[in-house]
Amino acid sequence: MTYNSSRRGFLKGAGATVLGASVLPFLKVLPASAAGNDVVVAVTGQTINSLDIHRTGTNRPSYQVAVNVYDRLVSFGTKTLEDGSLSYDYSVIEPEIAESWEFTDDGMAIVFKLRPAGKFQDGSPITAADVKWSFDRAVSVGGFPTVQMKAGSLEKPEQFEAVDDLTFKINLLRKSKLTLPDLAVPVPMIINSKVAIANATDEDPWAMEYLHKNPSGSGAFKVASWKPGEQLVYERNDEWTSGPLPSVKRVVLREVPSPATRRALLERGDVNMSFNMPNKDAKELSETEDITIATTPIENAIYCLCPNLSFEPFKDKKVRQAIAWSVPYEEVFQTAAYGRGAPMWGGASTTPADIAWPQKFPYSTDLDKAKALLEEAGHGSGFEVPLSISLSQTDWMEPAALLIQENLAKIGIKATIEKIPGANWRTASLVEKRLPLHLETFGGWLNYPCYYFFWAYLEGHLFNSSNYRNEEIETLTGETLHMNVDDPDYAPKIKRMIEIVWDEVPRIALWQPALNVGTREVSGYEYWFHRQLDVRGLAKS
Amino acid sequence: MSGRLATVGYRIAHAIPVILGVVVVSFLLTRALPGDPAVYFAGPAADEASIAQIRTALGLDKSLPEQFFVYAGDVLSGDLGQSISTGQPVLSDLANRLPASLELTLTALLLSCAIAIPLGVLAATRPGTTVDHLCRVLVTAGVSLPTFFTGVVLIYVFYYLLGIAPSPLGRLDFIYIEPDHVTGFYLIDAAIAGDWETWIGAVKQLILPAITLALFTLAPLARMTRAAMLSALSSDYIRTARAAGLTENKVLFTYAFRNALLPVITTLGMVFSFTLGANVLVEKVFAWPGIGSYAVEALVVSDYAAVQGFVLAMALLFVALNLIIDIAYTLIDPRIGFETR
Amino acid sequence: MSDATSNSLHVKSNDSALAHVAYVLKSNPITMLAFSMFAVLIVAAVFGPSLVPYDPLTSNAANALQPPSLAHWFGTDNLGRDVFSRVVVATRLDLAISVAAVALSFAIGSVLGSIAGYWGGWIDAVLNRLFDTIMAFPLFVLAMGIVAALGNTVENIVYATAVINIPFYARLVRAEVNIRRESGFALAAKLSGNSDIRVLALHIFPNALPPMMVQVSLNLGWAILNAAGLSFIGLGVRPPTAEWGIMVAEGANFIVSGEWWLAFFPGFALMFAVFTFNLMGDGLRDIVDPRQRT
Repeated sequence: MTYNSSRRGFLKGAGATVLGASVLPFLKVLPASAAGNDVVVAVTGQTINSLDIHRTGTNRPSYQVAVNVYDRLVSFGTKTLEDGSLSYDYSVIEPEIAESWEFTDDGMAIVFKLRPAGKFQDGSPITAADVKWSFDRAVSVGGFPTVQMKAGSLEKPEQFEAVDDLTFKINLLRKSKLTLPDLAVPVPMIINSKVAIANATDEDPWAMEYLHKNPSGSGAFKVASWKPGEQLVYERNDEWTSGPLPSVKRVVLREVPSPATRRALLERGDVNMSFNMPNKDAKELSETEDITIATTPIENAIYCLCPNLSFEPFKDKKVRQAIAWSVPYEEVFQTAAYGRGAPMWGGASTTPADIAWPQKFPYSTDLDKAKALLEEAGHGSGFEVPLSISLSQTDWMEPAALLIQENLAKIGIKATIEKIPGANWRTASLVEKRLPLHLETFGGWLNYPCYYFFWAYLEGHLFNSSNYRNEEIETLTGETLHMNVDDPDYAPKIKRMIEIVWDEVPRIALWQPALNVGTREVSGYEYWFHRQLDVRGLAKS
Repeated sequence: MSGRLATVGYRIAHAIPVILGVVVVSFLLTRALPGDPAVYFAGPAADEASIAQIRTALGLDKSLPEQFFVYAGDVLSGDLGQSISTGQPVLSDLANRLPASLELTLTALLLSCAIAIPLGVLAATRPGTTVDHLCRVLVTAGVSLPTFFTGVVLIYVFYYLLGIAPSPLGRLDFIYIEPDHVTGFYLIDAAIAGDWETWIGAVKQLILPAITLALFTLAPLARMTRAAMLSALSSDYIRTARAAGLTENKVLFTYAFRNALLPVITTLGMVFSFTLGANVLVEKVFAWPGIGSYAVEALVVSDYAAVQGFVLAMALLFVALNLIIDIAYTLIDPRIGFETR
Repeated sequence: MSDATSNSLHVKSNDSALAHVAYVLKSNPITMLAFSMFAVLIVAAVFGPSLVPYDPLTSNAANALQPPSLAHWFGTDNLGRDVFSRVVVATRLDLAISVAAVALSFAIGSVLGSIAGYWGGWIDAVLNRLFDTIMAFPLFVLAMGIVAALGNTVENIVYATAVINIPFYARLVRAEVNIRRESGFALAAKLSGNSDIRVLALHIFPNALPPMMVQVSLNLGWAILNAAGLSFIGLGVRPPTAEWGIMVAEGANFIVSGEWWLAFFPGFALMFAVFTFNLMGDGLRDIVDPRQRT
């Protein structure tokens, strides 16, 4: 990384004329926004720990590097939401590195034509060989990238074929509606294979060590400087060939762990953007002049209370329903989420009207009903149970758990709150699935109900932390997962699935969470399913 | 002098088992941490197979003794491993972050000493007076607040409300150019480079966190100075010195203060250790890229290599510090001379 | 604390002890103030739960984040719980944590330090290495590690706090004992037929008490702050239990948005308690220091 020269270069590039150290005094008292008309300063609470999404141990915030510094074959479109904010459009797939694509007649292969002018950041042309190498890498390195590729039925290198320099072919294992959208998620990014191979070794054939610190892509931005734990600076790639040139030249992403400090920085105008703000700050700052808050409900995501079916009282459906009737939904939503997001309770009917997901579960707060159900189940005298929450998500889990605990006590269930350290949370809740009653937060990248069911309701699957199993759900999910949405069988099957999980409630929906982003003097922020900052569309206003 | 040299050698020899002890204890402590790093690092959608792959990659499928010997061998060859949460070699992480923590801690301690020791002496020479009581109340108030709370309040008042302090964004506001790396201490590096704008920028960023820490360390230093001065002043040799007609200043600074330094230095060592620990919280509030915040993050995600490397680095630092204190002891207090007993 | 006081008073074993206490209190108004503040803490700890106007655990989401008023003197928190009730009720738990942790480290540290300082030799060497090893860890991080490894319960917070403080007491005692073990009064006591342990416990050890008292007073405060710091990073007492540290840590996030009372009042209580302990420590030092009695 070019650590040393970057700041000098940064200021020069900022359009603030020629700035040596001697001119700096003029700048030092000015807020960041004055640093230049094409520089955006953003703050986030999390650390970017790698510049390579394929690497083992790369954390979620690092995915944005894959978005901004690399391109994919295809991307999603953009739409304007009701509140005027921008969102990616799941229904539209747009070209990125690929100029066009078509399915073969039997529907068992997709052929992509690459842009002839496509260039990597080092100026070399983008070829089908680069695409093949990148895809081979994603399905071979194991861990998260391989799992994500598999979701789109992209499983082995033999599927990928570089027909000629500008023609790339994917042979499909099965016809699936998930394949094309899965090519637009951050994982199947296109790497400059010539550079990567030159830096690969026998022990490290995929150049994991090199790409970890030296991204080699074709994206709209380059990484000008990266100090894990401090900041990452993006610099525009003026030769970007996969889309319109971004209007900002530099984006400085500063890591500030304290949410109170992040709020103060945005309020004082020292930064242009605060990514992933706490709900409370978003609610209160939305009335502030000069600050725009975009609150986008996260697609295909629900915050849930999960009773674990491996534990005795929860094997009985009535006990689970009793808990679902006892949750103080409105209070939880207002206290834990400050009303940001969408309510997921109080649905009118026990059968869904459409296949929207998530949609309101047919439960609300009714302690008498809860007591009666508990009585029927033979637990009228109540029982004791630990209610587990994760230490790294206490911001919403703790208030939610406290309110739930209080209402459970009213129907005779004595819950004790157990905080589990972040490192242990995944093991306990998702892998070993040993928490009797806990809070959970799954959201699927690919926006289909069947995709959600696949991860969260099938036995043994990672996010099914309730150890739920229902034969009909197993069959229906398998049938619908790859089926086209406009297939006449799709909607009835999905409705049936929703009806079952509403009745059996292995996951009690609390609310649909939202992603809050505050901006100041910056427009063009766009929500993405991956919930990472896409800096390509930003503009100083 | 040869006796003293022998003492020093003896001390250094005794530091070795401590370092060995620390290596073992830190290894065991990190392994006792809850959680499975393999699961944590396998990512959001990992299945059993990919978790197993990562477990093998991390060497966590081996038995504990095996893991320990692998670790000990690596340490001997100077390899502290790779931190999985920052993705960098632990050694370079520490080298980058240690100067930040030390700069903050030392600045805070200097500030604290400059205020606390005169206060302590002042209080001891006027025991029971209003001055004494005022000193007590002042320093006690400082130590009575949690550092993270003081930090947040200082940010709120001086940055958010008054706008005097710079934004709490780590060691330098991003509009400044980072000085070329020589020592890693920005104040020193900037001074070497003659870049006074950056120097002032770095000082500005340092002020609030250093005050936060200094407030917290005033009390033990001032109180120990006062206590030690009081007991020195009430001792027989002071009475003798006074009876011999020495001036009050000579009595105070040559005899009493020198003898009182012994417990003050012990306390300083303790306070240094304590401050580096307390740093963790202050670093978090001020987004200070030091090793304290690094260790907390690593601990939370069970990043074994990072935690062990951190502890080892700290251990070396403290062993060195204790050596210095011990040697200072032998120089200040001739009554202590272990090798002869 | 009271153990140590009575111990040392017993050593001097004469009836002027009370008169001396009265004298010190009279000549040092701040010590008197400290003792009355301590009395307030004790009252809050013993009777607090029966005195407070609201249940400290009952939430009222409709009434969340209300500023201080006549109904809620210290305002309400983000779940609508009464901050005043929580602050008062927390006294008992916080005092218990700090007193237990300090008593534990005082007892263990004194015994180990005396042994090391009096007998020296290999015991001294081994114990010293042990203390060095503990002290080679940044204290707070060691406490974090212990609590993280053992789980976040009140007992583990007490153990962790005790462990990190043992070397301080042990080293102080050791230094004092080491200097005095061959002093005239110790040799005289030994010559007149006292056993080693008796000489150590009754003649040498009491000399270590004045600096120890300073240490105890500081540690009582540190113990609370330590627990508060653990809470700040999420390793504290379990919710919904009221504890000052957690309340300050959680409240700190609300300061910038203007809800200062959430952190301020528990912070004030915390400061009040630590303040009391520290002032008392100084006062106790005056009482137990034999040289002040002229």
